[in-house]
Amino acid sequence: MTDPLTRHRRRFRYGKLGKIRFTSHRDVARMWERALRRSGLPVAWSGGFSPHPLLSFGLALPTGAESTAEYIDVTLDGDPGTDQSSEDAHDLAKRIGFLLPEGIDVLATAVVAEGAGSLQQEVSSCSWDVEVQGLAAEELATRVGRFLAAPRVVVRRERKGRPVEDDVRPAVLALEPVAPQRLRAELATRPRGVRPQELLSGLGVDLALVRACRRHQWIDRDGIRCEPLALSGEVAQGCTS
Amino acid sequence: MDSLWPKIEPLLLAVQKPARYIGGEQGARRPVHGEGRVAWLLLYPDAYEVGLPNQGLQILYEILNERPDALAERAYAPWTDMEAAMRAAGVPLFSLENHLPARAFDVVAFNVSAELVYTNLLNLLDLGEVPLHAAERTAADPLVVAGGHCAYNPEPLADFVDAFVLGDGEEVVGEVTDVLGPWLAEPAAVLDRRAVLCDLARIEGVYVPALYEPRYEGGRLVAVEPVVPDVPERIEKRTVADLADWPYPRHQLVPLTEVVHDRLNVEVFRGCTRGCRFCQAGMITRPVRERPADQVRQMVRDGLERSGYEEVALTSLSTADFSGIEDTVREIVEDPRHGERVSVSLPSLRVDAFTVGTAAQIQRVRRTGLTFAPEGGTWRMRRVINKLIREEDLYSAVDAAFGQGWRRVKLYFLIGLPTERDEDVLGIAELGRRCVEVGLRHQRSVTVVASVGGFVPKPHTPFQWFGQDTVGELHRKVALLREAARGVRGLTVRWHDPEASAAEGIASRGDRRVGAVIERVWRAGGTFQEWSEHFDLTRWQEALAAEGLSLEDVCHRERDADEVLPWDHISAGLHRDFLWDDWQQALAGAVVEDCRWTPCYDCGACTGFGLEHVVASPVPPAGGSQGTGQDLSAGDRVPVRLVTGTRP
Ligand code: SF4
Repeated sequence: MTDPLTRHRRRFRYGKLGKIRFTSHRDVARMWERALRRSGLPVAWSGGFSPHPLLSFGLALPTGAESTAEYIDVTLDGDPGTDQSSEDAHDLAKRIGFLLPEGIDVLATAVVAEGAGSLQQEVSSCSWDVEVQGLAAEELATRVGRFLAAPRVVVRRERKGRPVEDDVRPAVLALEPVAPQRLRAELATRPRGVRPQELLSGLGVDLALVRACRRHQWIDRDGIRCEPLALSGEVAQGCTS
Repeated sequence: MDSLWPKIEPLLLAVQKPARYIGGEQGARRPVHGEGRVAWLLLYPDAYEVGLPNQGLQILYEILNERPDALAERAYAPWTDMEAAMRAAGVPLFSLENHLPARAFDVVAFNVSAELVYTNLLNLLDLGEVPLHAAERTAADPLVVAGGHCAYNPEPLADFVDAFVLGDGEEVVGEVTDVLGPWLAEPAAVLDRRAVLCDLARIEGVYVPALYEPRYEGGRLVAVEPVVPDVPERIEKRTVADLADWPYPRHQLVPLTEVVHDRLNVEVFRGCTRGCRFCQAGMITRPVRERPADQVRQMVRDGLERSGYEEVALTSLSTADFSGIEDTVREIVEDPRHGERVSVSLPSLRVDAFTVGTAAQIQRVRRTGLTFAPEGGTWRMRRVINKLIREEDLYSAVDAAFGQGWRRVKLYFLIGLPTERDEDVLGIAELGRRCVEVGLRHQRSVTVVASVGGFVPKPHTPFQWFGQDTVGELHRKVALLREAARGVRGLTVRWHDPEASAAEGIASRGDRRVGAVIERVWRAGGTFQEWSEHFDLTRWQEALAAEGLSLEDVCHRERDADEVLPWDHISAGLHRDFLWDDWQQALAGAVVEDCRWTPCYDCGACTGFGLEHVVASPVPPAGGSQGTGQDLSAGDRVPVRLVTGTRP
């Protein structure tokens, strides 16, 4: 257990739903900075020439996508006490959520165990729900089957502003149609992640993205998949420890 | 009317910065439309990130939404990619709060604070499916209103706007609502648009151009006269007597995405009587009305707490002149409730070491660059424009800045000023060179940026008669300056596009005939003219030619004392005689003092309205010549010994 009044890391899981999904990853970072200032939580600051609050955001969510599994780690100086009981964590989540704009909902919070890796280091894949249009259900299923059977699927995409051709097949860990116009996918984030839009390019140019929602981010612990912070029940269900 | 959101949403995946179109800012309202509420759509005719921080619009937004008989929503100019997508999908201009079409509003009100946005105003009317010309509108169409600094020469927009509001808008928006409320309650069939325009024209500060007609003789304007009885021959501006009565905005909008000036803004005073002759803002906003220091502190405290910002700008035309500015700033910085990291910015620094000392005290976090505005390159030039900064003030300010750790100093200058000679232009390079020298005493390498803009004479200033420099002449002067600055390490010259100054000149001082020019530029695709990538002067020149007008006649020709100016029927409170005398004084190099601390010279801004300055301190601020303003005799001497101390 961490000493009270010491530096520790607190993780928040939040959602991004509705109109606010059209804001960028950086926009959301600024919303958190303002909300945390208003919250009065003892956020720790870096030293150096241009000090900044110690906040660490996980994988960027593409502008326009929704999510129920976004994370931020906040380094705090002070008593981490509130997560000792899940009731306190619940109150804190509610209080911070109230300070964030409509559409950004804080879903859970817990202290991260000392020595645990950062979100960026640990998360290795994400689950997505993707709503599409342009193809009939059977044709969509055929394309998915063909995609999964192919050894390589090369798509054109941008990297650092330049068009490149990449094989996206290895990064698609799972893919299935779950409704006539809906896909569920698990996409790896490493070595080079795949975005839902790029997945659709791999399925055919006649398929358009309507809506994408990130449902989960996954950490792989010796072959066991867990979330950085699980949604319900005990805090220990997640991978904060 | 139904929300357009379901039609807007699919467009947003394919446009840049879609957050511009979603609304939802902290502080935004979701007003409910209905009987008995006059619905205003407040528009800023430029991109969201430029328009959102506009305080004038936010003030009126709150005042209107506080009224039980009114409501207000907002819109900004959709960027070109979004506009194309909207037109292709048949989506009209919409509000950000409820995503309603512009036509769902009773009043479409523009804040117009720069001339180059005029084509955007036309574009927004068109995109909003509002008939472009005032004369084509019927009782079923929204009323088109415009306010802001550009309303002081309303003629170029007279064909497109139903009513202009002159001066401070806080009170007038309520009075316009009072007139419109009962009128809108009438059944549509009996509505008489002309009658309501006549009612509006009787509100003080409201100009209805359709009720006035210009007369020309031999291609020259000779009069703009009322064509109906009971409307004033000359329309006087409105002035809020006491800022303390209007502590707005109370809930400054905190945007969800990046905008310019993304910080808390608290207006500490309105008006300026420094008397800089090129400055329209200073002339038309007189007299000086300070907000009480207590109220400033309260607004800062509430605003920071509510927004989560950690930067607050104390805004005005010259914030260092606010009575007791150091105390106010210190109390804000030291208030434990604001946390340790709050920083205060003074967007308009006075040029002296004293002011830099205050800036050092408050810019605790980022100390990257400081900006000063000497405006003229020589003391002679600065006397002509009445910007009374002595060279030693500038050097001591720059010395203090570099001495206290700033790494970059930016200096603003104008070129193309009245009586300007080449030596005045070269003086800019000389000042810049010496500022670099001063800086090198403190740091191994420094950056001094001299930013020059081509002067555009503005209505209701002493320079309103002046013949603006041609594009060619401005280019020649820029080249001269660049040549002189070449080889000076640490000095960079930046300049604004002289072509854009020419277009700004057309819109600034044109008469009603320029409306057709603006329309042609817009029809040729000329929107976002403030953005250099969208600007092309040839569109303006072709439009002028097509309307039988010329740049020479509208911009470059000096006017004489008898000529009727297109805005002579509009009053910013200033006597025409005062402006003419000041113009003659400028040509003679004679200066005027600041009437806050010296006797009134009756410019008209107070005397005509029974107003007076509201200032807490009867004495001028301490500091250099700009502080006292009065010791002008030594100004043209280049100091032999430069001040090296960091504080006076
Ligand atoms: S009327 Fe007199 S005191 Fe008022 S602004 Fe003009 S000169 Fe100054």
